[in-house]
Amino acid sequence: MMLQAFDIHVRINGKPILHGADFCARAGQFTAIVGPNGSGKSTLLKAITGEIPFDGQVILNGLNPATLKPWELAAIRGVLPQATTLAFPFTTAEVLRMGLRAGTSGAATALADRALAAVGLAGYGPRFYQELSGGEQQRSQLARVLCQVWDPMVAGIPRWLLLDEPVASLDIGHQLIVMRLLANYAARGGGVVAVMHDLNLSAMFADQMAVVSAGRVTSSGTPSQVMTDDILSDAYHCALRVNTTPQRGQSFVLPHASVA
Amino acid sequence: MTAYAEIRGAQRVTDRRSRARRAHIWLALLLAAVSVISLTYGASGASLWGALGKMVQGTPLTQTERVVLWDIRLPRLILGICVGAALAVSGAVMQGLFRNPLADPGLVGVSAGAGLGAIAAIVLGAALPLSLMGWIGPWLVPLAAFLGGWSATMVLYRVSTRRGRTSVATMLLAGIALGALTGAVSGILVYIADDAQLRDLTFWGLGSLAGATWTKVMVACPLIVSAILVAGFLGHGLNGLAFGEATAAHMGIPVQRVKNIAILTVAAAIGAAVAVSGGIGFIGIVVPHLLRLATGPDHETLLPNAALLGASLLLIADVISRMIIAPAELPIGIVTAVLGAPIFLWILLRRRGLVDL
Repeated sequence: MMLQAFDIHVRINGKPILHGADFCARAGQFTAIVGPNGSGKSTLLKAITGEIPFDGQVILNGLNPATLKPWELAAIRGVLPQATTLAFPFTTAEVLRMGLRAGTSGAATALADRALAAVGLAGYGPRFYQELSGGEQQRSQLARVLCQVWDPMVAGIPRWLLLDEPVASLDIGHQLIVMRLLANYAARGGGVVAVMHDLNLSAMFADQMAVVSAGRVTSSGTPSQVMTDDILSDAYHCALRVNTTPQRGQSFVLPHASVA
Repeated sequence: MTAYAEIRGAQRVTDRRSRARRAHIWLALLLAAVSVISLTYGASGASLWGALGKMVQGTPLTQTERVVLWDIRLPRLILGICVGAALAVSGAVMQGLFRNPLADPGLVGVSAGAGLGAIAAIVLGAALPLSLMGWIGPWLVPLAAFLGGWSATMVLYRVSTRRGRTSVATMLLAGIALGALTGAVSGILVYIADDAQLRDLTFWGLGSLAGATWTKVMVACPLIVSAILVAGFLGHGLNGLAFGEATAAHMGIPVQRVKNIAILTVAAAIGAAVAVSGGIGFIGIVVPHLLRLATGPDHETLLPNAALLGASLLLIADVISRMIIAPAELPIGIVTAVLGAPIFLWILLRRRGLVDL
């Protein structure tokens, strides 16, 4: 089962943001979408989730998402936006209940508690969402999305987590917690697609990486295939040197490497 | 915060849902009690209990009792319940739709449009041929107000919806413009009105249930009741909209359908309510606020509670408006404004943090 996007074109206010982006992610894998600011990463994700109008074709689990009812789509994929502002003073538990209602997970309160614990927010249920810090809000929204599609596979059909910068506002400890959680979701058969800023975290945890540059997916493959001097230097318009960790051979890039 | 206070706070918040459910019962009891008071007290000495006693004994009612209870107080009670519920539920729906706790049907031009319709009917109705007036007479003002509210909503909806998506920001701004325009046209009509019409206009503009008749009940209540029943199904959708339209859609909510239904129910309820009772302010904004403070923002419990509390508060205001300068009556809009505006300011002062979102 796959998530595919073919020849995606998006114009926002007449300005072309994506022109002919092709993208593919497999269930059972964690796919990271990386690229410089303004390259169209988030726009690609928004086209895939149907949030903005686009030309081209998206196929999710062999289906055209546009033909599904909103609640049918919600049962197979959860979407985390970059940031969520809430209009009324809901508590964190009430936020998670929306996720429980949205998916087919059933309205089990125990599940909400497990989801909160999974993102390091155990016991935060009664707290007002607006009183949480930015990182806590982002994690509680991730917990809401997890509640929506808690089991990675239902009746042999994978479910998907589509996430826009899930760790951008988190400290390094919580970044690791969330990245492990996502990798684990993929390992259990679900599909994970995340727009990422941090190349090193992506290389550490993702199975596949796709580089978006100037409105197209310019390269994709395993982290070791994508994390090369040439590909990254081209995409980010600066000289970058990729290294590998001595023990596990994982690719990483440090900012000071561009100076040399 | 001490650990104890924190635990207390936690209990208070997790309890909100069951507390909101219990509030259904308490508010229904409140409405029943206020309804009895509304039937019992009035400028006339006719007594509800006396009449009930006579009915039990089989003694015929006096003409006064029959007229006061059956033709004056009962339609007024029913109209008051419907209008109060319509105002409060419409306020709650609009606030959910606009994701703004300060939104009100008055904001998006529905009330202004309905008002223009009513004013036009009062001022220009006199110019209609007598034969026509004899035919639609009592229905003219309600009908015109309803059409005014409805067409204002339609214009607004056309302006702010593109490719099947309603922009809430455009709708708010367009509502302000539409309100100004209808206000100006209403002003012209007031300018050309004669003295008798001006008295009618002033009384109607401040809002009153004094003209309640069975005809008005028949015109307005079926529309209001069906609008409120439909709105009752919007709770989950409005909760989702609090997360923003995109996220609501990702959570499986048919966003465009929720918005369409919300707009139509508000237009119907407000058009009908303004037609029969004029401009009654503050119920639509104060009731949802009070309920959110007490039982939380969950629209699934908020909407039914708003209907009950809105109806009760309007009946209380109506009783006060009848009693305070009896046998004359104060327009009920004055009572709701005098009671509602300070409460509203107090809420703003106390809960600025929660309003500033």
